Amino acid sequence: MLPVLGFTLLGVTIVLIVLLFKFKVQLTLHTAGQIAYTPLMFILAVLALNYLLVGLEADRIYFLQQTVYGISLGSVYALIALGYTMVYGIVRLINFAHGEIYMLGAYAGFFAVTSMGLHFVLALIFAMAAAALAGVLVERIAYKPLRNAPRLAVLITAIGMSLLLQNVGQKVFGSIPRSFPRQFDGLYQIGGINLDQSRIIIFLITFLLMLALQYFVNYTKPGRAMRAVSQDRDAAQLMGINVERTISSTFAIGSMLAGAAGILVAIVFPQIRPTMGLMPGLKAFVAAVIGGIGIIPGAVIGGLLLGVSENLVTAYLSSSWRDAIAFGMLIVILLVKPSGILGRNVREKV
Amino acid sequence: MLKITDLHVHYGGIHALKGVSLSVEEGQIVSLIGANGAGKSTCLNTISSLVPASSGQIIFMENDITKSAPHSIVKSRLIQVPEGRKVFPQMSVAENLEMGAYVRTDKREVKADRERVLNMFPRLRERERQLAGTLSGGEQQMLAIARGIMAKPRILLLDEPSMGLAPILVQEIFSIIREINAQGTTILLVEQNAHMALSIANYGYVLETGRVVLEGPATELAANDEIRSAYLGA
Ligand SMILES: Nc1ncnc2c1ncn2[C@@H]1O[C@H](COP(=O)(O)OP(=O)(O)OP(=O)(O)O)[C@@H](O)[C@H]1O
Ligand SMILES: [Mg+2]
Repeated sequence: MLPVLGFTLLGVTIVLIVLLFKFKVQLTLHTAGQIAYTPLMFILAVLALNYLLVGLEADRIYFLQQTVYGISLGSVYALIALGYTMVYGIVRLINFAHGEIYMLGAYAGFFAVTSMGLHFVLALIFAMAAAALAGVLVERIAYKPLRNAPRLAVLITAIGMSLLLQNVGQKVFGSIPRSFPRQFDGLYQIGGINLDQSRIIIFLITFLLMLALQYFVNYTKPGRAMRAVSQDRDAAQLMGINVERTISSTFAIGSMLAGAAGILVAIVFPQIRPTMGLMPGLKAFVAAVIGGIGIIPGAVIGGLLLGVSENLVTAYLSSSWRDAIAFGMLIVILLVKPSGILGRNVREKV
Repeated sequence: MLKITDLHVHYGGIHALKGVSLSVEEGQIVSLIGANGAGKSTCLNTISSLVPASSGQIIFMENDITKSAPHSIVKSRLIQVPEGRKVFPQMSVAENLEMGAYVRTDKREVKADRERVLNMFPRLRERERQLAGTLSGGEQQMLAIARGIMAKPRILLLDEPSMGLAPILVQEIFSIIREINAQGTTILLVEQNAHMALSIANYGYVLETGRVVLEGPATELAANDEIRSAYLGA
């Protein structure tokens, strides 16, 4: 019974993947494509795999449970990775201060909930707005003056900015972790798997944000401008696109997603501290590279893949492998397909 | 309509334009010819502000645009179709055309213009959903020109539209340029194909290592012995 269900689900997943690739127009470089469907496909694929594991009932549930955790963690990585990848697509810069924007988002959310007593949804919006502002400021102050500087100089500036924000964070917020007030206590059980309300909310909000991003990048004027600039900056200028403004809006949107990730993480792991951006920032960067940097759907795939792998490794090997897996995957992908899962090794000829 | 005086441009240590002056009257086709590296593209890119001028002045429709930002120049409907097509490879043909109309707000007219350019280039209509990067070189050139027209230009700067095209396509492109001009768009045409360029132009300039060495009505230039030997292969 179970294997039949497993094979059916696997079949559905494969059909979905084929469909996705059939409409390659939307999946290729620099287009947002079907970003939002990726998480759904992931769930289907995992379910399918799970039912194929015809071992002990308990093992199956354990596997599924770990995957659920992995997907919610992965969607947070995906949200952060989107910012890396979008900024890279536009200015060919790895914005290492991006993890700190995520941290600022968490703090903004924290103060919105505690000091201002805002409802969670409003706090989420506030965190996103604050993060967007911070991202745009970082771009203005640190990167804009270096627009035509060598890339190494910009890279070092980005690392410097990251350290600066961490330290300013320590000074302003204090280095003692703060505890984000519990928001959602609900706990559901489906087929023996624990689904806590906060993880469901993380997943839903991520999904909604990705849908919104997909719409924005594909169908709105600023979204089109963004894609145009990433494909050919000079040509974009010749269309009348204000490149500086497009760069700002890219930073704003990427940071907004990181800000959302910050507050979303805090509802599951309530300890927030000024250095919290370091590891997730690096891992999201890894996720972006695994998926193919500069490619929006790639960030989502990379993030989910990383999140799930981390949790499974922790569950089946040991938690000390948790961080190693991310960088292990990075090394493997750099050796096997440096342009990432969705990347192309050759640029198209003109 | 467009008047350039004593324009100098440097790329680091390279002095690419050394005091170029030229003007284009409304309704005309003006050709700018010259060998590789003469500075033709530099001249167009400086007009579009992609490259900053070191000194000199560019006046368009009575406004000094020498220091304007590229996007505000496009808003005044001075449009360039750049060398090497530069279509957006990961956008469909349809989307590329929409990018051409990026600064326009008159939606209904944009739609009408879209029909107009697709009639002008039926081949693009057949490929509306195709990614521009997968078009052939000639098709990309058509798309680049079509995209330029979508901006509803007052003046269209064309940088080597015939480059790398088969002779029959060159003919087609040139007759389209003439058609665009007949519909009221002024044209500044950069070409290596001096013969063709002069045959459709009212006036011509010859650029040599950053300087205008010769200018005059196109028919006179085409008859000029120096030009004939240097550029027309006669
Ligand atoms: N970005 C740049 N950096 C440095 N030098 C440049 C740059 N662009 C052009 N040049 C130099 O300026 C000079 C003029 O170049 P330009 O591209 O304007 O020539 P062109 O007349 O358009 O030639 P072609 O017919 O080959 O297109 C050349 O010597 C070229 O090497
Ligand atoms: Mg040139």
